[in-house]
Amino acid sequence: MNDQFEPVIVGFLCNWCSYRAADLAGTARIKYAPNLRPIRVMCSGRVDPQFVLQALRNGADGVLIAGCHPGECHYVNGNIKALRRFSLLKKTLEQWGIEPERVQLLWASASEGTILAAAVDRMTEEVRALGPLRWSEKVLGEKAAVQAALEEV
Amino acid sequence: MTDNGKPKLAMYWASSCGGCEISVLNIHENILTVDEVFDIAFFPCIADFKVKDVESYPDGYIDVCLFNGAIRNSENEEMAHLLRRKSKVLVAYGSCAYEGCIPALSNLTTKQATFNKVYFDNPSIDNPDKVLPQMVTEVPEGDLTLPNFYHTVKSLDQVVDVDYYLPGCPPEPPQIWAVLQVVVGALTEGKPLPPAGAIIGAGTTALCDECTREKKEKAIKRFYRPYEIQPDPDQCLLEQGIICMGIATRSGCGALCPTVGMGCRGCYGPPDGVEDQGAKMLSAIASVMDVGHESMEEDDLEEVIQEAMDSIADPIGTFYRFSMSHSILKRVKNGKGDA
Repeated sequence: MNDQFEPVIVGFLCNWCSYRAADLAGTARIKYAPNLRPIRVMCSGRVDPQFVLQALRNGADGVLIAGCHPGECHYVNGNIKALRRFSLLKKTLEQWGIEPERVQLLWASASEGTILAAAVDRMTEEVRALGPLRWSEKVLGEKAAVQAALEEV
Repeated sequence: MTDNGKPKLAMYWASSCGGCEISVLNIHENILTVDEVFDIAFFPCIADFKVKDVESYPDGYIDVCLFNGAIRNSENEEMAHLLRRKSKVLVAYGSCAYEGCIPALSNLTTKQATFNKVYFDNPSIDNPDKVLPQMVTEVPEGDLTLPNFYHTVKSLDQVVDVDYYLPGCPPEPPQIWAVLQVVVGALTEGKPLPPAGAIIGAGTTALCDECTREKKEKAIKRFYRPYEIQPDPDQCLLEQGIICMGIATRSGCGALCPTVGMGCRGCYGPPDGVEDQGAKMLSAIASVMDVGHESMEEDDLEEVIQEAMDSIADPIGTFYRFSMSHSILKRVKNGKGDA
């Protein structure tokens, strides 16, 4: 064990492409950073910006949204909506003082296990370099949600 | 003060503009009924009361306290605790007490930057000696103290328990009157009060429900600032590319702003089921824009979408104008202008 900071990256992966890319990365035994906490959503267009903010507020150091390539969306244009949301979200994150590397959007098709794995590796290093976010403690001066929950038990 | 048996009403301003007090007076001749039914126990805007008067009341003496204004400094917080103790029913009255409102926009910056702007870097101020207010100043007669100015503006429910919320900047007179009638009914005829924690004097759905503008398919190419466009008098403002917060805002005001050609500012806060008004607005805006098509190349797509989004100036200040304290993130990480 070393003291290297291990970022927590919450991943919203679309059911039809990116979650399968992660599946493929697993079955192909591709070795990549274990920092991603994948959450399967039906479409990247389902990712409400509230999910992203909630993740950042509650202890995530970064958020990865991954979906099908434009033109390949299972629902025709859900990923275009995701891109529009992400573009506007990026502008607000800048105003919130959150570094752009912490929230990223990735297109990864079901066959692109290597692309997903490489993106997770790259993002993990980028977020590691930025250091922990710990919004509740560092920005709001509150206890981390997890710590507070543990104390209640 | 002699007790005449009437229910006791209080209204207090914390960090606010005074508009909420005016809104109560704006219920017109009904104010006479308010005076008939209630005994005013504390209302610094219209009558001469001192804090020590409130301190001398037994706990729970005030039946209804309308508390307006955000919690900006330690004095606001002390008054919130005092009035909570002395009141049976505490109402977060108006957007500031409910969710931060305009004062909470300073959560986009820092205490230091706010002080710099107010006391040094301001065209109307002449402060060559760089004098700043101090919490304690020693003078021959003793120590003079000022409240502590907080780094982050809070809503009332972030410092004390709140029974009801009455949204609006300010709340609309018919809504205020409806709420006062419910309270009067409960006090005089034993009618039931709304459940604790309820948002009263407002609707539950989005403002668009009560907006009479004609709504068609939304296919917005870019956004305009109000001075850049002459809005069509009948069509939905959002469809014309004018930011209107109506789609992410609670109904109840009667869509006053959109009716006169101004996009909704969002002062009634988020509708039922929405936690973060700004994030929901962001999400909705992205959905109703018609920019970028799945047939485009990935790089071009990013570019045209980013360009369209850049037509929105200051998204946080626009989407969270009233709800900063109740937002998920609550304040910015590194305030702009922070040394």
